[in-house]
Amino acid sequence: MKIEILGTGCSKCKALEEATKQAVAQSGQFAQIEKVEDIMKIMEYNVMSTPGLVIDGKVVSTGKLLSVAKIVELIKAS
Amino acid sequence: MWQESVNIFVYEWLQLPREEKLSDALNFFIYDTVKILFLLIIIIFAVTLLRSYFSTEKVREYLSRKHEYTGNVLAALFGIITPFCSCSAIPLFLGFLQARIPLGVTFSFLISAPLNNEIAIAMLFGIFGWKVTALYIGFGLLVAIVGGIIIGRLGLEKEILIEVKPIEGEIKAEAQVIPFTTRLRDAQEYTLDIFRKIWLYVLLGVGVGAFIHGYVPTEFITSIAGADNPFAVPLATLLGIPMYSNAAGVMPLIEVLTSKGMLLGTALSFMMAITALSLPEAMILKRVMSLKLIAIFFCTVTLGIIGVGYLFNAIL
Repeated sequence: MKIEILGTGCSKCKALEEATKQAVAQSGQFAQIEKVEDIMKIMEYNVMSTPGLVIDGKVVSTGKLLSVAKIVELIKAS
Repeated sequence: MWQESVNIFVYEWLQLPREEKLSDALNFFIYDTVKILFLLIIIIFAVTLLRSYFSTEKVREYLSRKHEYTGNVLAALFGIITPFCSCSAIPLFLGFLQARIPLGVTFSFLISAPLNNEIAIAMLFGIFGWKVTALYIGFGLLVAIVGGIIIGRLGLEKEILIEVKPIEGEIKAEAQVIPFTTRLRDAQEYTLDIFRKIWLYVLLGVGVGAFIHGYVPTEFITSIAGADNPFAVPLATLLGIPMYSNAAGVMPLIEVLTSKGMLLGTALSFMMAITALSLPEAMILKRVMSLKLIAIFFCTVTLGIIGVGYLFNAIL
């Protein structure tokens, strides 16, 4: 599983990265976490409000700082 | 009703003398902070809930099928109801251009969205009531529409530093189904989040306001910000630019200043400069647009805001 966090370095983006790390640890799944800061790459996902969360190439959330529990839910759903 | 309760608290329970500067200031402080914070929570919650039904993606899909002028007007209107954060300014800017939305229309949105942010609207409504809020939104739209049209007419497409690849074919926003309970919970979380960030600024703003209210003579304010000073509008506008993101703290001050003789047009210019022009946002935008374009953007909006202030002072 590959999880990407899209964000150009705002405080919410960093917080989402932290929450995602915790969520992966809680879910017990193996996942590669990558922070995507390159604006061109973010645009390829068609995301206009950061932070964005992408799981296995699919955008699952935009413009929101998700709770750890919510991210665990999203990881389990995909 | 609330004013009477505060009167009872200050003059009867605390036994402070009426018509005294200290008790007046305290009365004003209690009355204002509680009223503002209460309204702030209700309005931010309502606005956030409403906004959860509008996404930038949907707005983009809609705007991509519109032309200039109509596009400018609609983009400015959408700026009111779409959630926007200056940290998302770049993806939004590029995303709009990718969808072949004209530069001027994109700017109409970029001007209108921060101008109509939920904190400013809530503070305005809480302090000045719906009439001034409506005037603020109306004149803000005017600045956004005219500013966007002017920037669009100048042919500045080459000032964008990143090559934007247009999206081929139809632009479709994915429809998201979110249950109402989730929207309610999201709005509640967001409201609390904002509240934690700004309550102190509100207290500080009202505190300084209460001091001015009790101690600074009216003649002093009138001579600087009233009808006696023909340069009050541009002065207020320039002062407002570096105060970004402190709408919560500055609005209570403006309330006191207007009650002491600052003209409403000057106050409107001041508020608009605080919300619409932000130096941090300019720094962010520098990554995708040339300094020239940013300068033109800022100058256009500044002149627009100054124009609104003079216009308003002249009418009233």
